[in-house]
Amino acid sequence: MVLLSKNPVHSVLWLVAVFFAISGHYILLNAQFLAIVNLIVYAGAIMVLFLFVIMLMNLNKDMEPQKNVWMKLAGAISGGCLLMILVSLVRQATEIGGKVAEMKTGNIGLIGNLGKVLFNEYVVPFEISSVLFLSAMVGAIVIGKKD
Amino acid sequence: MPIQYYIILSLALFCIGIVGVLVRRNVIIVFMCVELMLNAVNLLLVAFSKMHHGLAVVNDKATTVGTDAQLFVFFIMVVAAAEVSVGLAIIVMMYRNTHSVDVNFLNRLKN
Repeated sequence: MVLLSKNPVHSVLWLVAVFFAISGHYILLNAQFLAIVNLIVYAGAIMVLFLFVIMLMNLNKDMEPQKNVWMKLAGAISGGCLLMILVSLVRQATEIGGKVAEMKTGNIGLIGNLGKVLFNEYVVPFEISSVLFLSAMVGAIVIGKKD
Repeated sequence: MPIQYYIILSLALFCIGIVGVLVRRNVIIVFMCVELMLNAVNLLLVAFSKMHHGLAVVNDKATTVGTDAQLFVFFIMVVAAAEVSVGLAIIVMMYRNTHSVDVNFLNRLKN
């Protein structure tokens, strides 16, 4: 649906639906912190940003030039072949046979445990990511500035 | 739930993202498909972390195996947010210059 709908706004809304489904999977896997972060960051912030950009460009009507049909067919066929090969690989793999992802148990996904590890062992990457955010903010402003 | 189901779900999402990147010509939709691929990888990382935790918790009740993977997912989300902001700024700039969102307009970068 994300790539079949002609209207970019519909595409964004379908992508929001996909993110909600992925958050549901996180909750099922008892990774509640990641579920909430996924909802807030992706479905909240990033998708609203996409919607703003689409509306800023006035793309509501379909103005996308159509690509050659053969090119589309080739893209779909190559993607389908990749999917088939990978799925058959997974089905044949004996290494992962019988392994089970535990559902609704285990407490590694809770905020307390994640926070302890994050601020004990991963402090330096955390700070580096804050610097990355600062530089991304400055970069976005500099690029988007009207000049 | 067996881990194969999660792997196949993630593969399906990833391949949908790849087909979208190959097929569509709208820059914004191509960008959204990249986000879809990132999310597929995140889902797979969380599933594997729960799998390893489930295997390790049998021997040791208080183990914290698998916390690292969830923090990796957290950092992937952080980097993706920064990347989206810069990428959308670039797209807006490109639209302002060319009045189009067609990827093929970027061909002229090579001259």
